[in-house]
This record gives sequence, structure tokens and C-alpha cells, in this order.
Amino acid sequence: MTAELPPGLAIQKVDERIMTLNVGPQHPGSGHMRIIVQIDGDYIVACDPDPGYVHRGEEKMAEYRNYITNIPHLERPVIHDSCNVLYPYVLGVEELLGIEVPERAKYVRVICSELNRCIYTMYWLAIYGIFLGHSTMFMWPAGDRELLIDLMEKISGARVTHAHFVPGGVRNDLPPNFEEVCLRQVNYFEKRIKEYAAVFYDNPILISRTRDTGVLSREDAIRLGTTGSVLRASGVDYDLRQKEPYDVYEELDVHSNVMKEGDSYARSKVPWLDMMESCNIIRQALQKMPKSGSVRVKLKPNPKGKGLDSVYKRVESGRGSLGCHIVSDGKVEPYRLKLSVGSFRNLIALPYLLKGEKLGNMPSVYWSLNYWPVEADR
Amino acid sequence: MSVIAPNFKLSGFIKSIIDDAVWFLLIFSLIGFPVIMMVLFYIPMPVIDGELLTPFLAFTYLADPTRTLPIVQAFMTTDMFKVMAFPGFGFAALLAAGTIFVERKMLAKLQLRVGPFYCGKVEGILQLAGDGLKLISKEIIIPAKADKPIFWAAPVLFVASAAAFVALIPVAPGWVVADVDMGLLAVFAVIGFFPIVTILSAWSANSKFPFIGGIRALFQMVSFEIPLILSLLGVVMVTGTLNLSEIAASQSSFPWIVFLPVGAIVFFITMLAELERIPFDLPEAESEIVAGWLTELSGMMYGLVQLGTYLKLYAFAALFVVLFLGGWNGPMIVPPFPMELATEGIELGPVTAKIGGLEPILSQVITQEMINGTLMFVLKTVGVIFFILLPRGVFPRIRIDMLLSLGWTKLIGLAFVNIFIALALVYAGVLGPGGLQ
Repeated sequence: MTAELPPGLAIQKVDERIMTLNVGPQHPGSGHMRIIVQIDGDYIVACDPDPGYVHRGEEKMAEYRNYITNIPHLERPVIHDSCNVLYPYVLGVEELLGIEVPERAKYVRVICSELNRCIYTMYWLAIYGIFLGHSTMFMWPAGDRELLIDLMEKISGARVTHAHFVPGGVRNDLPPNFEEVCLRQVNYFEKRIKEYAAVFYDNPILISRTRDTGVLSREDAIRLGTTGSVLRASGVDYDLRQKEPYDVYEELDVHSNVMKEGDSYARSKVPWLDMMESCNIIRQALQKMPKSGSVRVKLKPNPKGKGLDSVYKRVESGRGSLGCHIVSDGKVEPYRLKLSVGSFRNLIALPYLLKGEKLGNMPSVYWSLNYWPVEADR
Repeated sequence: MSVIAPNFKLSGFIKSIIDDAVWFLLIFSLIGFPVIMMVLFYIPMPVIDGELLTPFLAFTYLADPTRTLPIVQAFMTTDMFKVMAFPGFGFAALLAAGTIFVERKMLAKLQLRVGPFYCGKVEGILQLAGDGLKLISKEIIIPAKADKPIFWAAPVLFVASAAAFVALIPVAPGWVVADVDMGLLAVFAVIGFFPIVTILSAWSANSKFPFIGGIRALFQMVSFEIPLILSLLGVVMVTGTLNLSEIAASQSSFPWIVFLPVGAIVFFITMLAELERIPFDLPEAESEIVAGWLTELSGMMYGLVQLGTYLKLYAFAALFVVLFLGGWNGPMIVPPFPMELATEGIELGPVTAKIGGLEPILSQVITQEMINGTLMFVLKTVGVIFFILLPRGVFPRIRIDMLLSLGWTKLIGLAFVNIFIALALVYAGVLGPGGLQ
């Protein structure tokens, strides 16, 4: 019996001082996942994130549906961010089928995408607040989110799962008088989220709790492959809207928020700053958008790819880079579809960050990774 | 608010009350009245004052204040009344229930919600009753590996400790359940019970999260008891007594918070920690250890612990009022009762209604001082409770190491500063014998 056992099967030596805690899947401090935490007193000595409780086989399901019927189920991984989840898929299918998208549709997509980013980030922020025991910060974002949800309902007719992006543009044109309403709501939204500083981000207890906890250095952030706000909080200026602009982002002035600290506080603050940037982008897009014109190129039924072909597209979602690799073999369904999501890539950093931390820091470090369990499991 | 609220109309509300009253009268007259008559008919009646107590006479006793008021007065001076109703459990539980209601509504207003709304027609005023009914009707689940007798006993012990704390609080002059000469020491002794009960409950559950929560509670309570006791020594020095009634009475001209603000601040912070309120609610930190030491408690066991927690909250707020805010002292705002109505009777046209037992009860039990003192005490206590509730909407939870360093370094240091202030005041002759008081 000299053969090496796989790490999960090997019998571990039990240390009497170490207590193993199963945080999740039925625990108010975990998402739909389990974190196996080993603690020595109040210090975490080892941490093993165990995702997979909400795996739904989105990628396999996509192989049995054609390019249009794939739309509603591909947005399921993150229903709060459904436009951004669909975005790389739609871009990829457009390239596969060789479709040219109307200019107005591109602007509508950018507006929807930024609105969805804010909706997602507000939900994330609400949970971050309640993880730190700040119940006001749970209720305020959950309520202010409604402003943007109402806007998305005006655009698409649905409150969360919009299914609004289709290959060839967007499903419907904007409703009449939308620009005025959108501008008003977005301005008010920005005013509201700026008020969060007083109650949350400048709160001395919050700062002393999250400063210098779970520090992810610039080198580690790059080495572990983190993306999005986690990467930007560690001092890497990397935003796909700037670096690889898709649709009309190159015509808009996108500013990316970078913080150098790399601790929980910076990771929680960057998404909040990103929301203000999203408001700026929405205002610019509303100004530059063509006032009229088509928003959708009609496809013929059951569109097919041109022979053996593959395409990889990625966008900046609320949780970082979100890529979609589509392989087509010329049939009506994709041969293979692969989603590369930011949540899973950020989760990899969790064992490194939690090692040596106190148990009380676990919720803040865990949720500051901008991680969405359902998206990571796909 | 009008978007979420149903159409509330005062007329509808009044109509519902009248409906309820009509139904009550109907049911009482159909069922209650015959039952009472039958009982009175079949029980052999005693002879009182030379006449047989017929059912009719018994009803006149109920309605005749001259006969009932002395009984009420006698009852109000018993220890049973003090323990059960006025300065004791009933009064405290009523204030605790009000605290829960105010906490929910205030937090809701702070967080742009409406809070409890539908239960009880007016602003969800019956929500607490609904919660209580739910907790009573729930099944109590005991973990298989729990140490069952201790696990059962812990919630009861918790409520008992909280009630013992309540018993030591003087509400109005002479209105205290247990007027102990060593009152403040008794308070410290009772506070010392809470960590023991907590760790008993947590350990006997034989589960990981309650155990961590219990250990945290033990750390927190034990390390904050020292600054708690030290912060109150200043008051003992300037008053020279440990009797809570005498401490309250000594503040007739000014409350001690004027001279000992540092002690009051230290006591307030330690109070928040002892009560496990946000920002010091680590033993119940939801996102880390589920519900802390309450995790395995279910049904009415949890309800009892909640009751004990809010009784404790009332008792701590009341202790703050008694020690620093002057207890029942305050301006006399209750007008004196027109005693000639009791002695000479009320003229109702040709008839003069004279209520016999009213005069002694007003001059001996429910005096003007007692009503005014209770009112002042309740106002101050409600104010303190408001400030205890407020941090919940503003602060996140702090971490155990920050908590311990706060308790062992800063608060103990400040408590000593407070003691030196008190010493200086006494030796300089400002307070104490020969001073202002």
C-alpha cells in the first residue's frame, strides 16, 4: 500500500486542538456552498472551499438547444446580472453567424449591461452588509436596487431574468420617453449610493474590522488568476471595458477604479466606486446614442454556424472577466459551449486569504471576493 | 408609505373596536353570565355582616367600590403584587414588550421599511403576541447528544436571573421588590450569573456553533464585568451607600451624570456588551456561527431566552437611570388628585356619590409622588433604551480581539479615571458630607 492516495481520501492525522467547522451549505454565512474551516482557537489554520451544490449543467444543456433557445437558460447562473452573463454568448454567436449589429442596439446593450452591473453589485453589497452585522446596509441597497430594476422592467418587461440580449441586437426598442426617466433615476441612484459612505464605508468600526484583513498582494492576485474588482483592489489596472473594448465601450470614457491595499476593505469599496462609474457610462451612452433606428437584425429561423468554427468572447461582468467559448460544427446547436466565470477564479484565492485569519474575519473576506456561488457552479 | 400601506381609516378602526366590544358582550351575556349565576347558585354562600351573600349581593360587591377598594389596597401592599405586577415582573415585561415593538418600528423607519404592519390592524402592534403564539406552538427539539437536564434548565435559569435583576430595581420611592442594603453588590452577583447560564446552555447542547458562541459570550461578559463594576464605584464613593433606593434618593437636586460623565459612558458601553447588542453581538454573530449559543434552542426555549434578554435590557437601562440619571427624581408634573372628591364625594345633581375606600388608597398607596416618580422613571428608562437600540441601525459587528482590547485596556483605564474624579470631588468637599449634598 505504498501508492499515494488522492488528497481527499488520505487519512488525516487528527490534532486535538483543531476543530473542523462546516460552514454551509445550510449556514447563514455561506452561499450555496460549503467552506470547510479548520480552526485553532479563534485562528483559521486551513480552509477548503467546496462549491458544486448548485451545479446545473448549463454548458451541457447548451449543446441540446439552438442558438436562440439557449438565451433564457444561459442567464440563469446570475439572474441579477443576466445581461452581462448573456453578453459574451451573444457577441460570440454574432461573430459565428456573421451578423452586423445596428449602432443603436449597441448603445442599448451598454446601458442594459451597466444597469445590470449596478443591480448585481447592490445585491452583493446588501449581503456584504449583513455579513458584517450591519442590517441597515442590508436594507438600503436592497431597496435602492428597485430603482434600476424598474428601469430594466421598462426596457425588457421582466424584473430580473430579462433575456433581452439576442444575437443581432436587443429584443425590443427602448420605450418612449425612456431617456428622461433613465437619467432621472440614475442621478437619484448615484446620489443615494454616495450616502452609503456616511453609514458604511466611513464607519470606523467597519474600517477597523476590514482593514489589513485578507490581504492579497499584487503578485498573488495575478498569480492566482483573480479578475474584476478583486484584481483592481490589489492594484492591477485591468478592466476589459478599457483593455478590450467591445461594442461601443471604446467610444465612451471608461475610468477604472484601482486601489492598492488589496485588503477586504479595498475589495468591498471597488465595486461601490464601479457603480458610480457605471452611472457615468450610462449618462454618456444616453447622450451619444442615436435617437432612432433599428435595434435588431432579424435572423432566419434556426441559424447555423459556417462549418467547424470556434469563437471566444469575454466581457467585464459584475464579478470580473466573463468569457464564453463557443465551438460550432455547422449544426443548429453549438458543438460545445464553455463559460469561464469570474466567481470561480476569485474563489481560488479564498484558502490563501483565510489562512491565519481570525474566524470573525471569515464572512468579510469570503464575500469581499465578489463571488457568486451559482455562477461558479454553472 | 401610502403605497405599501392598506387604506387605513380611523372610522374603520373604531368600527372594528365597537364590533369586538359587541361580540364580547354578546358572548359574555350568553355564556359567562349564566355560568357565574349557576356557580353562585350552587355554592353555599357565606354570611357577611349579618346578611347572606346572595348572587345579587355578590354582584353588588363587584360593583361597589366601597367594598372592593380596600381589597385592592390590601392586595397592592402585598409582596405578591410587588413581585408579579408593579415594580417586578409584569411592569418589566410590559416595558420589554414595548421595547421590542419600538425596536422593530424604529429600525424599520431607519432602514426605509415599514416593519410589522398587518398584525393587529394598527402598525403591527400585535406582532409580538403572534410571535409568542408561534414560539409556544412550536415543537421543542433537543439535540440527541445534549446533556438534557442542563439544556432544559438553562433558558429557565436565564429568565430567573433576569427577573432577579429586575427585582432589585427601585422604580418609585418605596416601590422596590427587594430593598437590599447591599443592592449594588447584589446586582453584581446577579450579573455574574449570566455567563454561567450561557456557558451551561452552550456546552450542554454538545454542538460546535453553540460552543463557540458560548465561549465568546463567556469572554465578553467576564472581561466587561470588571470595567462595569469599576465604573459604578464612583457613584458608591460619592453617595457612600450601596442601597439602590438611597442612591436614587440622593440625586434629588442633580443626577450623578453631571459629575461622573466618564463613568456613565463606560457603564453604557459595558452595558451594550453585557446585553450582547450590536456592535457587541459576537455571541450571536449570524454570519460566522449561525446564532451562537442560541443555535440549538427551539420553540419556547428560544422564546424564554429572548424574554430574559429583554428583561435584562430593561434592568440595565433602569440601573443606568437609578445610578446616573436620578431615578424617580424630576419635576412634579402630575397634578395632585382633588382629594375633596374622595372625602366629600362627587355632586351629581341631586345625588352626591361618595366612594368610601378611595381616600386611603390615594393617600397611602397610589400617591402623587408614586405616580410622578414612576412617570419620570419610565421616561428616563425609555430614553436610555432608545440609545441602546440605536447602534443596531448604525454599526456593524466588531471582532472578538477588538472587543477584548477595548474592554481590558481602554474601558478599565477610563473607569479608573472616573474613580479618581469621584475621589477628587469627595476630597475637595464638592460632594459627600459637607458638600453640595
